[in-house]
Amino acid sequence: MITVSISEKRFGDDLVLGPIAFGIAQGETVALVGPSGIGKSTLLRLVSGIDTDFTGHIDRPQAMAMVFQEPTLLPWRSALDNLTLLHPELPRERALAALDEVGLTGKETLFPGQLSLGQQRRLALARAFAGQPDLLIMDEPFVSLDAAAADRMLTLTEELIARHQPATLFVTHDMAEATRLAHRTLTLEGGPDGAQLAGTTKDQTT
Amino acid sequence: MQTKLTPLLSIAGLLALWVVASTLKADPQVLPTPWALAPLFAQEIASGELWTHLSATLLRVLWAFCLAMTLGGIIGLAMGRSPALNRWLDPWLVIFLNLPALVLIVLCYLWIGLTEAAAIAAVTLNKVPNVAIVIREGARALDPQLDALARVYRMSGWTRLRHVILPQLGPFIAAAARGGVAVIWKIVLVVEFLGRSSGVGFQIHLYFQLFDVSMVLVYAFSFIAVMLLVEWALLQPWERHATRWRRA
Repeated sequence: MITVSISEKRFGDDLVLGPIAFGIAQGETVALVGPSGIGKSTLLRLVSGIDTDFTGHIDRPQAMAMVFQEPTLLPWRSALDNLTLLHPELPRERALAALDEVGLTGKETLFPGQLSLGQQRRLALARAFAGQPDLLIMDEPFVSLDAAAADRMLTLTEELIARHQPATLFVTHDMAEATRLAHRTLTLEGGPDGAQLAGTTKDQTT
Repeated sequence: MQTKLTPLLSIAGLLALWVVASTLKADPQVLPTPWALAPLFAQEIASGELWTHLSATLLRVLWAFCLAMTLGGIIGLAMGRSPALNRWLDPWLVIFLNLPALVLIVLCYLWIGLTEAAAIAAVTLNKVPNVAIVIREGARALDPQLDALARVYRMSGWTRLRHVILPQLGPFIAAAARGGVAVIWKIVLVVEFLGRSSGVGFQIHLYFQLFDVSMVLVYAFSFIAVMLLVEWALLQPWERHATRWRRA
């Protein structure tokens, strides 16, 4: 279970996020949607702990994983090293099994530059699930893939989430993706006091 | 094959130029022929003098190089990562960068004494600002996404430095090391010239006083040969190894 309770997030004098509060249960998948530039990625950076400069409180588990918009791999390390460097406690056979799970069998010695974009994204997915995360955060993980590849990735992600049961929060622009993957959807919308979750504005003011 | 031969051909061209110049001048006191140096080389090697002075210089170069790369690397990385620290230290960097090498050498000898420590400190201080500036540029170019990755997955400091930061700094470290070795050995020679009783610089000082151009050339070329060896046998293979992922 993670609980997020932010009172505000500023960049300098700019108020980006207003009061935002929500929780995600173990095994629950939540989609975060909203117009571009509203602060969805900023909210993810707060939830993941990358950005700690805000007022409020976030309770998150130790075991956490994130899938970024770009695959964000270490180009100078092999596919297998990309898993084991981030999960040093993971035995080699478990790491190989994690590569197996995403269909990268036999690719463990290749550098990321030798993999296709789809394979790089699957490697990023394997890396996220290899550490048995209690919280999984994904920032538009299927963007810039063609429809067929996006669909395969989506199916794979569904399987992995079903098997590992993390609390999942993901950003998307695609409502079909949101309805397919998520149990519920949060919408971030602009307001005079920074972006807030739709439907919560009234509750906050009364 | 053609491209591998090019450096050798280019060096042969330089030698040819030397032969022409020395034949035209026809005065071994000013410019001896290349083959006139051979017996002098043999004599210095046989007496063990060449090795003694070469190793003394090489040891100083090695010390100064390691110290300058480490110190400059740490300072550059810190300045590149922290704008606040950069604002504080940048004026210092500009001052040290523009302080003539000779001034630093003389001051080190005056303050520390005519010792090995003073010699190495003088060379190191001369090189640290250059290294810091190059590494600072590298640190500014570090990928923020990979930083975020290291944070989310709670990478240990050491793993992060070794596998995330240093590989990104690789080209900058290589550039600093390349430029570093060349500058350091030139400064080491000046340091030896001024205040040491061993080393290639000391020998050049000695033969300068005797107006012996041949011996000055023998020692200069010996050290150039050593540095070429370092470049081809150490630096270039290391660089090839470190950048193999780019060509894979």
